[in-house]
Amino acid sequence: MAFSVVAVNRWPGIGAAALVAALVLGTLLAVVLRSEAGQSLGASDWAAVRFTMSQALVSAGLSVMLAIPVARALARRTFPGRSVLITLLGAPFILPVIVAVLGLLAVFGRNGWVSQGLESIGLPPVSIYGFHGVVLAHMFFNLPLATRLILQGWQDIPSERFRLAAQLGFDAKGIARLLEWPMLARVLPGAFAIVFAICLTSFAVALTLGGGPKATTIELAIYQAFRFDFDLGRAAFLSCLQMAIAGTAAVLALTVSSQTGFGRGFDRVTQRWDARSALTKLLDTLLILCAAMFLILPLTAVVLAGLPALFALPNSVYHAAFLSLSIALTSTVILLLLALPLAATIAQSRTGLTESIGFLSLAASPLVIGTGLFIVLFPLADPFALAVPVTALVNAVMALPFALRILVPGMRDVLGQYGPLAQTLGVQGLGIWRLLILPRLRPQIGFAAGLGAALSTGDLGVIALFADPQRATLPLQMYRLMGAYQMETAAAAGLLLVVLSLFLFWICDKGGRWRA
Amino acid sequence: MKYLTFVAGIIGASTAFAETPELTIYTYDSFVSDWGPGPMIEAEFEKTCGCDLKLVGAGDGAALLARIRLEGARSDADIVLGLDTNLTQAALDTGLFVPHSVSADYNLPIPWQDDHFVPYDWGYFAFVHNADLTPPTSFSALADSDLKIVIQDPRSSTPGLGLLMWVKTAHGDAAPQIWEGLSDNILTVTKGWSEAYGLFLEGEADMVLSYTTSPAYHLIAEGDTSKSAAAFEEGHYMQIEVAAKLASSDQPELADAFLEFMVSDAFQSVISTTNWMYPSVTPQNGLPDGFETLIKPEKALIVPSADAPALRDQALAEWLSALSQ
Repeated sequence: MAFSVVAVNRWPGIGAAALVAALVLGTLLAVVLRSEAGQSLGASDWAAVRFTMSQALVSAGLSVMLAIPVARALARRTFPGRSVLITLLGAPFILPVIVAVLGLLAVFGRNGWVSQGLESIGLPPVSIYGFHGVVLAHMFFNLPLATRLILQGWQDIPSERFRLAAQLGFDAKGIARLLEWPMLARVLPGAFAIVFAICLTSFAVALTLGGGPKATTIELAIYQAFRFDFDLGRAAFLSCLQMAIAGTAAVLALTVSSQTGFGRGFDRVTQRWDARSALTKLLDTLLILCAAMFLILPLTAVVLAGLPALFALPNSVYHAAFLSLSIALTSTVILLLLALPLAATIAQSRTGLTESIGFLSLAASPLVIGTGLFIVLFPLADPFALAVPVTALVNAVMALPFALRILVPGMRDVLGQYGPLAQTLGVQGLGIWRLLILPRLRPQIGFAAGLGAALSTGDLGVIALFADPQRATLPLQMYRLMGAYQMETAAAAGLLLVVLSLFLFWICDKGGRWRA
Repeated sequence: MKYLTFVAGIIGASTAFAETPELTIYTYDSFVSDWGPGPMIEAEFEKTCGCDLKLVGAGDGAALLARIRLEGARSDADIVLGLDTNLTQAALDTGLFVPHSVSADYNLPIPWQDDHFVPYDWGYFAFVHNADLTPPTSFSALADSDLKIVIQDPRSSTPGLGLLMWVKTAHGDAAPQIWEGLSDNILTVTKGWSEAYGLFLEGEADMVLSYTTSPAYHLIAEGDTSKSAAAFEEGHYMQIEVAAKLASSDQPELADAFLEFMVSDAFQSVISTTNWMYPSVTPQNGLPDGFETLIKPEKALIVPSADAPALRDQALAEWLSALSQ
């Protein structure tokens, strides 16, 4: 094994993993201990499990399958606005559900642009409600993420490999067989597992577009157990079930994904000699256009809805925006402090245990984590005083699986290829981070930090349990505005949220990217 | 010397702050928002109480009760404001609430008698539609029409639960048939009121489950006459919103004072145009202009709070099985 030599101390990573496990499993345990003997799972719960699994499988499968050609097109084309488009790819993922759904409905809804267009040529309107609506919305959220994860894989192939392939006269098929398929075999299972886990915990999207109680997900069943029946035991049991399903998916994905990298390169800009034909150009252009339309039209609707009131936002919205920003920045720092050592430990270990822990938080129910933390912290301290640090920490842990997916493959390559050299040169401890890992992993760190910051800005999660009225985050303030009939102001707050999140994402990602 | 006075000022201010008793009220989110009653209520009460009123938003009514159950007797809250009669029995069963001594001349459609919970406002659930639509006049007529409605999930939202209780009290054993008839009219079900109302305003559905008072918001706050509520022959289910004092309160006198304040003119005159509900005690100046345009249901439906938990579980089971086919 190239990385049998331990270049980086494993213990900080193991500590980070233990902290995450304690947070996710400890909160679950707190909920269990606080519960009274509850009822067991009924037929409706199992129906929820079946619906959740099937929609998550279809949503993740389609998102990842469609992301492959889009990522390939983006990887082999340069055009003006490409980097803006790649940043915009991050947008749907961080939108609060209600904003994204209203954006999608403006395009695909009963009264939306597509239906209006169809009507004008005498065709019946489309219906977005039902299983296909859930899948469509999940693709809107996750296609961009899958595309970015796969695009990262393409960019991890050193340009020298493509140069060599071109010199040896390989055509597109040969390049696909020798370079692209091995890369995909390494990246796809993880991307699938992560999108699957996201779709698994979906709740408001699945309910709103699913059309009714048939579209009950496990997360909604947890909600019911907690809010309707106050049956904490059942909530905790359902949460375990949700984690077990996602955990199984993660373990399966890690088992089938091959781990070899591509060796090192000189980080030159990749040129693709295999994709020069007019046909591939046309195809790539079409693909990029379609993907861009699919993502940008609903976003445009969000912008159009938010613009009228954007410059008349009340101060409370700006206060909320400021709080969201500070939580996002704190959360990003915590995220990197957890993710980097953890990624180094995972890259040097042959078991999937630590990586599975990284996945745990993705499948954990935010409601259960929030409730558990509340139970643990309430006797010790004022929950309102802890609102900000707790939210930052939980957001960091929730973003950890994404960060790991982004960091681990690169970390594996860096430590595998340069670890022995570092060892020979006697570079140790922090030096290895400063001289080797941080410079070489810059793009991945930037991407991970950007995603973490943006996710944290848009998160509603635990703050809802801990917030006091003077300290609402932007998404929470948005919901409060809607609850007070202030739909226009809420739309403007939603737009502000998109702008802020994208800005944070862009800054971090820009800091890291040198050739995307 | 300047510094000394400055320091003395700070110390003086902070001791004064420390001596100001704090009354903590847990309520739902829209109550505390800038447009809700919260800011005005806080200012009005603090004028007379010599205290610091702290309003804490915690989701909606059901989330509020879950929060109180989690905190138990250790809760910082002195008062919980925002439960409705569907939730009061469960709240009472926790044993966390104590009786009040408020008496008032309530203007509720039903006689009010409750030792623990003081009503501060009420409203009727109703389907809101655009004024140019000729609305159905009953659930059966709605089921027979092609109209599309958006409702809220009873498992995650209090209006959603209100609709279940409405159909159940109006139709009793025939409720499952009503739901089967409605199933092709239900465009979708949302997590909460905001999502549903948003969909309706975007033109996705013909009607949305809300309150008879929703058109008053559009009329009074926006000068928009385009929204109406449909009057149903079988009557409309009522939501009566209440507050109660917690046994664990460290400010029991202040809490009593607040419950008294709640049924006074200063509180009640704010409610109709901030919470967009009917005040439980009509203020001296009456209801604001525009409220006279609202529909007035002939029959007010409500489940006695003691029967609510059992009926709620039965209605949910019927709803789920009718709409899951």
